[in-house]
Amino acid sequence: MSIKVITEKCTGCKLCVRVCPFGAIEVVNKKAVINLDKCTLCGACIESCKFSAIVLTKLSPSDIDFPKKLDAYKDVWVFCEQKKGAVQSVAYELLGKGRELADQLGVDLCGVLLGENVKTEAQKVIHRGANKVYLVDAPELKNYQDEPYSKVLVKLIKEHKPEIVLCGATSIGRSLISRVAIGIHAGLTADCTGLDIDRKERLLLQTRPAFGGNIMATIICPNHRPQMSTVRHKVMKEAEENKHHKGQIIEKKYGKEEYFSRTKLLDIVEEIEETVNLTEADIIVSGGRGMQNPENFKLVEDLAKVLGGAVGASRAAVDSGWKTYSHQVGQTGKTVCPKIYIACGISGQIQHLVGMQSSEIIVAINKDPHAPIFTVATYGIVGDLFEILPELTKRFKEVLKK
Amino acid sequence: MDYLLTEEQVMIRDLARQIAQEKIKPLAAKYDAEGIFPWDIIKIMSDSDLCGIYIEEKYGGTGGGAMELVLATEELSRACGGISLAFAATALGTYPIILFGTDEQKKKYLPDIAKGKKLAAFGLTEAGAGSDAGAIATTAEKKGDYYILNGTKQWITNGGEAETYTVVASVDRSKGARGAAAFIVEKGMKGFEFGKKEDKMGIRASATRELVFTDCKIPKENLLGKEGMGFIVAMKTFDQSRPGVAAQAVGIAQGALDLTIEYMKQRKQFGKSITSFQGLQFMLADMATEIEASRALVYACARMLDSGNPKVGKESAMAKLFASDTAMKVTTDCVQLFGGYGYMRDYPIEKFMRDAKITQIYEGTNQIQRGIIANHVIKESVSK
Amino acid sequence: MNIIVCIKQVPDTTNVRIDPETNTLIRAGVQSIINPFDAYAIEEGVRLKEKFGGTVTIVTMGPPQAEEALREAISLGADEAVLVSDRAFAGSDTWATSYTLSKAIQKIGQFDLIICGKQAIDGDTAQVGPGISAHLDIPQITYVKKIEDVKLDGAHRHMRAEKMTEEGYEIIESPLPCLITVVKEINEPRLPSLKGKMRAKKIEIKKILAKDLDVDPGLLGLNGSPTKVVRIFTPPPRKGGQMLEGEAKEICGKLVELLKCEIP
Repeated sequence: MSIKVITEKCTGCKLCVRVCPFGAIEVVNKKAVINLDKCTLCGACIESCKFSAIVLTKLSPSDIDFPKKLDAYKDVWVFCEQKKGAVQSVAYELLGKGRELADQLGVDLCGVLLGENVKTEAQKVIHRGANKVYLVDAPELKNYQDEPYSKVLVKLIKEHKPEIVLCGATSIGRSLISRVAIGIHAGLTADCTGLDIDRKERLLLQTRPAFGGNIMATIICPNHRPQMSTVRHKVMKEAEENKHHKGQIIEKKYGKEEYFSRTKLLDIVEEIEETVNLTEADIIVSGGRGMQNPENFKLVEDLAKVLGGAVGASRAAVDSGWKTYSHQVGQTGKTVCPKIYIACGISGQIQHLVGMQSSEIIVAINKDPHAPIFTVATYGIVGDLFEILPELTKRFKEVLKK
Repeated sequence: MDYLLTEEQVMIRDLARQIAQEKIKPLAAKYDAEGIFPWDIIKIMSDSDLCGIYIEEKYGGTGGGAMELVLATEELSRACGGISLAFAATALGTYPIILFGTDEQKKKYLPDIAKGKKLAAFGLTEAGAGSDAGAIATTAEKKGDYYILNGTKQWITNGGEAETYTVVASVDRSKGARGAAAFIVEKGMKGFEFGKKEDKMGIRASATRELVFTDCKIPKENLLGKEGMGFIVAMKTFDQSRPGVAAQAVGIAQGALDLTIEYMKQRKQFGKSITSFQGLQFMLADMATEIEASRALVYACARMLDSGNPKVGKESAMAKLFASDTAMKVTTDCVQLFGGYGYMRDYPIEKFMRDAKITQIYEGTNQIQRGIIANHVIKESVSK
Repeated sequence: MNIIVCIKQVPDTTNVRIDPETNTLIRAGVQSIINPFDAYAIEEGVRLKEKFGGTVTIVTMGPPQAEEALREAISLGADEAVLVSDRAFAGSDTWATSYTLSKAIQKIGQFDLIICGKQAIDGDTAQVGPGISAHLDIPQITYVKKIEDVKLDGAHRHMRAEKMTEEGYEIIESPLPCLITVVKEINEPRLPSLKGKMRAKKIEIKKILAKDLDVDPGLLGLNGSPTKVVRIFTPPPRKGGQMLEGEAKEICGKLVELLKCEIP
């Protein structure tokens, strides 16, 4: 496959030049020229051209006519991540979305659960909407390890042929599914923010951010099954619990070969921070350069405490040593999407915004009315945060006293 | 301006710039406020092979000369004139060894300096001997295989932090200037102590201390050159190091100007950014031109030195004089352009003005430089 | 120790802007850099080499300009560099990329450890590292924040590392050879050295083309990629909301009213 510019149609308007994420297009003598060494065939330019002057050309047989037995693949699967024998809430979110997709396709929603002594958890998965749960219960699977989990999942997929597999984009999920996708030659799309079905083609439409969140891409997997996606925590809505929902638990057993792990888990160390885990938090109060010194950060921490939220920091604050790197929100720190994000003394450079702009409500407090943070804030306050923060803390304390 | 640097010189300049912008800039304000000596920056420079860029390869350096030294010094000084001094003053203290040391002396002292493991310092100035360097009272009495040093050196940059000191002392006071000699003294030698750390107006990340010699016994192998050559060693050293001070001044001026233009672009008055006002634009033009002229003079002088030309006294003095006067003028104007904010210690610009001042004073005051230049031009006129 | 570090040259997405008029990406003036996570991988590889001896070979799959990134990696202390580049690889998704890289690594030869950065800041998938270890069928440890120990002598060659999790970390032991992906907590990358930069300028970069690899051509490039991008668009810009005006007390009062029901 290649790409070319239909020079008769090209007007040299340069729209494609601006849109290309790889800088692969130049306008030479008023016509667009695509540098094939830089072009990755992503198609952004095709979409942007108002004159339809850019087309993909086929150099080899079309890949749409592979006679793959794709109809043998049915059902939507959700990998139900468990830790310490409890299914994680991200799985319930995926079951919620999975149900929608399964209904659109007219197929079953199935959970996949690996662990030790987790049969009661399997029942919970059914209460969240699964028609079936494939349960693999073995002592070797008590804690996640890459190899046994991937081998088992590959075996299950090869045997039961799901058409879609969803998994949480957690540290476990991402390591696991990347490895599984290779074993079954499946397409995998990470960190999906949108999942839909193209009913005509019976395809999963996977939408995800790229370029640090600056652009969105819609991806399909036309010729390989299953179509696999990982989804971040808190992106989808949790499936509601229905204790009357009935389903089937299918217990599977495999041998020592599948359960064997070359890597060994020697220890699990929990580091409990005084504040809530940033990426899980529903409320985050974040401080930036405007806090001026580490002592003033206490104002941020006080407000966070009253609201029951976590403390975040901009890169400037972390680089100055006022908070540790684990609190950093932004391109080079953590990406968060809490319900409420309160940015104190943070100017709102793009590097910070990409880390928090999907928060539901953004409150910005800054003395500079031109600070970029106000372009994304739901509520903006131009003022002295040293006056406002203590006042807010006081008022919330009163209001929230139950 | 394109100075037609070699590939290696461009690498050195770019590396120094990267260190300055990524590592020095974030620390400058703190180290200035608290007077912290930048050992961590020295380590970074050492890891990047920058400490020996003016030292011969056979002694562990990368084989460059004055040009490499000024390129690096200017870039580092753009971020902080105090932190860059740990490196630049080491060059000053090392040049006597480079210019007058025997092969043994070079082999003994240069490798550690080239690798950044040790720093150096130059000890000439005394309480009673500043511009009048000939009036030094520190004595070095020959006793068998040793010289015994007695006296106090004042305001020595890197004093207390460096391990290697090149010190000028008088062997025979009756001979005046012709009775002086230069010696290598090591930190830790018995009878060699340091005075308190000075509390300075600027370049506060640099350490300035007295060197106190009380019957300090140093082996005769540590004599640099011959007895009586003390002031020749000093003068030749200054010829070599003055472009370094000048480069520091150019860096301070450039760093200040860069900050100022950035500030001016976003500062709005009367509905527009203050870069729109012609009066201020003229100030920027003058500053930029003067800095470029200083830079060109420094580079021309460095190239002369590297070509092996022994007659660099006048040019060296000119570079130091012009660059340091420019730095003072530019940084003062930069504070002015920041307006009220320029006067506030919360803002970084006042530091540049405080740092610039010393460049007009040390390594020969600008009045001494003018004297040197005048002597040269008069002599040259007569010989036509 | 023979260490392979996989890197990617990416546009500096922290500096990518959206043109407010056309709502499209402005790529002009955006530099190409070594993917930040890969800088940590290079540093860890160089540190291991300094401790245990051996070589660090940097591998990248990309267009010819990716050579710049390889030279930069050499200036940071790596020994060898390999550019895997061919028109046939264009349009690869993570499956095809990890397949191609794993074949290239097999061609390069024996290795004890492969180090990858956690993810690339343009694709943000974190899939290629685990993909390579799956293709090569070697064990993996992802999200490594510290290498505790490496044992190279004796029959049981292995390493022990701390793997970062959401709650803290796990201590994992893996036999060698294995693949690890690293996070930023693992080290502080050094600056290039002058000698390194000079070496980087002179060194010959080994090139690997599609024909040099023992691969199924149907599994390369766009054709070999199970996933296909059908659309790229810029998300609608988040609009600013309302500014709250008034005295501090007034503003706070308003804000508390607006938010109090939203607090779980």
